[in-house]
Amino acid sequence: MMSPDTSLAFTLRGVRKAFRYFALDGLDLQLPLGQIMGLVGPNGAGKSTTIRLLMGLIAPEAGVIEVLGQRVPEHAARAKRDVAFVAEDMRLYGAATLAWHMRLVASIFPNWDEVYAQQLLKRFNLHAEQPTRGLSRGEHIKAMLLLALARRPRLLVLDEPTSGLDPVARYELLSELMEIVRDDSRSILFSSHNTLDVERVCDQIAFLDRGRLVDVSDKEAFLERWRRLQLDVPPGVTLPVLADVVEVSSSARLATLTTNNYQPELQATLERAGARVHEVQRMSLEEIFVASVMRSRGEAAS
Amino acid sequence: MHSAFVVSQTDPRPLYLQIKDQIRHRIAVGALKPGDEIPSIRALAAGARVSVITIKRAYLELELEGIIQTRHGRGSFVAEGVRLADTLNQQELDQHLQAAARVAALLHLTDDDLVERLRKVRRELAERKP
Repeated sequence: MMSPDTSLAFTLRGVRKAFRYFALDGLDLQLPLGQIMGLVGPNGAGKSTTIRLLMGLIAPEAGVIEVLGQRVPEHAARAKRDVAFVAEDMRLYGAATLAWHMRLVASIFPNWDEVYAQQLLKRFNLHAEQPTRGLSRGEHIKAMLLLALARRPRLLVLDEPTSGLDPVARYELLSELMEIVRDDSRSILFSSHNTLDVERVCDQIAFLDRGRLVDVSDKEAFLERWRRLQLDVPPGVTLPVLADVVEVSSSARLATLTTNNYQPELQATLERAGARVHEVQRMSLEEIFVASVMRSRGEAAS
Repeated sequence: MHSAFVVSQTDPRPLYLQIKDQIRHRIAVGALKPGDEIPSIRALAAGARVSVITIKRAYLELELEGIIQTRHGRGSFVAEGVRLADTLNQQELDQHLQAAARVAALLHLTDDDLVERLRKVRRELAERKP
């Protein structure tokens, strides 16, 4: 048996989990310690399933899962001492106050940081003595985040943390996430539809679609690989068929070419074929995500 | 001072380049001097709320350009070297000239046309001065 890799916050190897209408298959994913990973995918891509597998809430049919060096789900309880997890659908006891919840969590987890918890109360603009049933949706999410952050977990897992937060709360949350990884032994995994947040704070980006990992790499490499080229194509010129070109759309005399492995030589190749490169554009993570998913679905269909 | 690094997500420059440019700018105007310590990668990442990997890339490139030095276990410093501000200003000028040359090519301007345009801009700037 392989010994656990202690430089990783978690690892999934060849993980499979099937449901009636959905299957996650052959999932390989690792997060090095000290990094933030963004899990991006459309609805039904398998983001929550991936997170539930990591949390030991469901068991895989095949493959290996380790969290902070512990096999999951077998030793999930041991791993979870240092893992905090927040999902939107989690509930607090409505009749109890946030202060009651804070005392409860503090009694279970010895790393609870009361000073930090009090700071977060102020920053998130929450009232400890208010029964949680009176909280708005955004306040509810902030209360759950407070309970998770003040445990000072080594791995923080957030399912859609920024949806439902107002811009000020989102700003505060992203600041807290960046404060956490000042410590290079702490790691964060979060799933999000908000590609702007992911593009800003994540070190690793994983794209999921329909239960498959479409792409994963460090963010800088990701953004550097993708480019969109605007071309002038004179009459009679045919664009060559090129590797690494994800999409070409053309109308009279103009073409837009998208590549996921941009090299400067591509321009020379196109110019030799008679096209003129009018502009080379960088792409936002959102544009890259959409192009990746469309390509992956195209490949699956053909 | 660390918190003064701010990046914009509507700026067409990628985030790592914005960080690089801000550090170069601080050196160019003398706010950071040769030998000065600059924030650690993780401290700057937290201050600017930008991923660690982005700051790492900015620092790596600044190091390769000889603008900063990282001493293992001691942090990163502005490289020792005279006329650094000068060099950076020269590099900045080159960047603007390259951009101008690209647009000139699109407009099919000759070198003489471009030089004449530059003279005109400089005359206009000189006249505007009080």
